[in-house]
Amino acid sequence: MSNMLEINNLHAGIGETQILNGLDLTVNSGEIHAIMGPNGSGKSTLAQVIAGHADYRVSAGTVSYKGEDLLEYEPEERARRGIFLGFQYPVEIPGVNNAYLLKAALNAKRRHNGLAEIDAFEFLQLARKKMSDLGMDPVFLNRGVNEGFSGGEKKRNEILQMAMLEPELAILDETDSGLDIDALKAVAAGVNALRDPARAIVLVTHYQRLLDYVEPDFVHVLSDGKIARSGDKSLALELEEKGYEWIREAAAG
Amino acid sequence: MSTDPSNLDSLVNRRYEHGFVTDIETDSLPPGLDEDVIRAISARKNEPEFMLEWRLKAYRHWLTMQEPEWAHLHYPKIDYQEISYFAAPKSDKDKPQSLADVDPKLLETYDKLGIPLHERARLAGVAVDAVFDSVSVATTFKEKLNDAGVIFCPFSEAVMEHPELIKKYLGSVVPRRDNYFAALNSAVFSDGSFVYIPKGVRCPMELSTYFRINAANTGQFERTLIVADEGSHVSYLEGCTAPMRDENQLHAAVVELVALKDAEIKYSTVQNWYPGDEEGKGGIYNFVTKRGDCRGASSKISWTQVETGSAITWKYPSCILRGENSVGEFYSVAVTNNMQQADTGTKMIHIGRNTTSTIVSKGISAGRAQQSYRGLVRVLPQASGARNHAQCDSLLIGKECGAHTFPYMEIKNPTAKIEHEATTSKISADQLFYCRQRGISEEDAVNMIVNGFCKDVFKQLPMEFAVEAQALLNVSLEGAVG
Ligand SMILES: Nc1ncnc2c1ncn2[C@@H]1O[C@H](COP(=O)(O)OP(=O)(O)OP(=O)(O)O)[C@@H](O)[C@H]1O
Ligand SMILES: [Mg+2]
Repeated sequence: MSNMLEINNLHAGIGETQILNGLDLTVNSGEIHAIMGPNGSGKSTLAQVIAGHADYRVSAGTVSYKGEDLLEYEPEERARRGIFLGFQYPVEIPGVNNAYLLKAALNAKRRHNGLAEIDAFEFLQLARKKMSDLGMDPVFLNRGVNEGFSGGEKKRNEILQMAMLEPELAILDETDSGLDIDALKAVAAGVNALRDPARAIVLVTHYQRLLDYVEPDFVHVLSDGKIARSGDKSLALELEEKGYEWIREAAAG
Repeated sequence: MSTDPSNLDSLVNRRYEHGFVTDIETDSLPPGLDEDVIRAISARKNEPEFMLEWRLKAYRHWLTMQEPEWAHLHYPKIDYQEISYFAAPKSDKDKPQSLADVDPKLLETYDKLGIPLHERARLAGVAVDAVFDSVSVATTFKEKLNDAGVIFCPFSEAVMEHPELIKKYLGSVVPRRDNYFAALNSAVFSDGSFVYIPKGVRCPMELSTYFRINAANTGQFERTLIVADEGSHVSYLEGCTAPMRDENQLHAAVVELVALKDAEIKYSTVQNWYPGDEEGKGGIYNFVTKRGDCRGASSKISWTQVETGSAITWKYPSCILRGENSVGEFYSVAVTNNMQQADTGTKMIHIGRNTTSTIVSKGISAGRAQQSYRGLVRVLPQASGARNHAQCDSLLIGKECGAHTFPYMEIKNPTAKIEHEATTSKISADQLFYCRQRGISEEDAVNMIVNGFCKDVFKQLPMEFAVEAQALLNVSLEGAVG
């Protein structure tokens, strides 16, 4: 298993606020990692920093992806190199057709990889197949990107994009929040379908119930801007029972 | 400069005293405007007397008018005596001799627009007068139009060949005295297009200034008149692109449309006059009066415009819905970037019963540009059953631009149904980041969002125009973000 993502001593913040304080994390290909932790502990910040959001400033530390310095790349270059972020709050882009964005994204990646652009016919076939796997009505293809989608529909749409783009490193920020049981199963199926020795998946979640369907290799607890504890899937069950306080105390003590 | 308007003979004779006739054969008129200049223009075109008289009346009225100041526009006072009102086509040796002599920035723009090579030369004013003349397609079109009985010719030709139509319809929609710029145009208009579609004829092709050779170098005061006789149908396309110049240039055009019973006119514009540079130097002052008269029952006039150019745009394509059941439409995309200013919109005047109008306006502002939508819906007391729907959306890119909406409604009939919706949105950093996270570059993301915003208007354009319009938008907004 090769090293996919390696984060060392990462310090990052927004404006004057320091959010990540010396975070270390290593993700190898083939692995699924779950990141849990209290509200405001910095989970989304970590995801945004990996994706390259310009508002977040990295003040120290390194992030390497497939052996390269990830922080050197623009967000779109990171995406084309295989990084996918499922947003905690997917944004609405009224007027832009969902299919159009998806096709543009897919082709941007294909061009980067030296492949021919996918034509409209192939694209539609592929999209319809993935949508039926996810239990999504094909009409969503022709709606504006997330425009008027319900919370759960937005999350499913993120998974559809992931399924189409087949990223090497997928980071899903609370994609399981706000889903009904069927949607949760569909999302889990989408994640499991992506599971592959050549890929890695990072799930940011608050709940054990996703992990009932997607079994993680590692579970980490993020607290006060760093990884306070790491373990296997049993750690998630322990957290479900005891909450986060004991970890904070242990970290402080 | 006072003249007795009743004494036509002395007016006509005076032009000889000043010897303009010989001058203008070879040269442009010096800057300045007075009755002699108007006579000179008319003489240069060998116009019949009625035309000169019409021009002079317009001029005399113009002298009594004030330049309008109500628009949300700021520009230095125009000195009308500093403008030259007639420029004979430049001699070929003054023009760039080949594409190699043309400003590369302009060529780059054409390239991005996908304008065919031979057309680029024409647009850039290269001295290849025959670029199009020599192409046999042009003559094929002419024959086809002749067979259908369609008249499509330069305005000055129509004045000579079809004076009865000109007398009947000229100024019947936009009277000489209509407004300051229309009056000025009426006095000094250089050329333009005339279209007449006979009864029951469906014009066999889209008419376009693109295909008309003679008018390739029409001046800045063109005048267009389109008459669709009963039951006829025509789609007219107007594309404007101007080379870059450092000084501001005034462009004051008038377009009149007349649709008789059951006739339909679709008028599409893609306006890309030079907008000036990033700092607001140069660019066209575009003061245009466009109006359509749905004179007959069940007639229809539809304006579609994509406005990306000009330093200043002042333009309100309008419909007078006189005939019962007549329909007026206005679909507009206006883009202002850098220091551009636009005050644009429409007027829908409901006079006939059961008249319907639709307004879809999409304004995009970027840079430090300012844009206003100004629309009037007027329903007269006799217009029972009138309906109007207006949708005015503004999209802002960046923090320094502005969008303003001024909807006016004057509803004098209680049965009228009027709906007005307006929205203002921004391209947010989050939207751009979302797209970029999917591998799409920032520029492509902006174009995608802008094109999505405009699609209700683009789908009204004829196919090849829609493609050009989309490309234009992308070029106009280049560098708007980041
Ligand atoms: N734009 C911002 N300006 C100021 N503070 C911010 C900003 N974005 C995040 N923060 C702060 O940074 C901290 C970490 O936020 P982050 O969104 O990473 O938390 P999280 O672990 O994802 O929380 P949750 O579980 O609620 O999603 C929070 O205290 C938050 O208020
Ligand atoms: Mg979060």
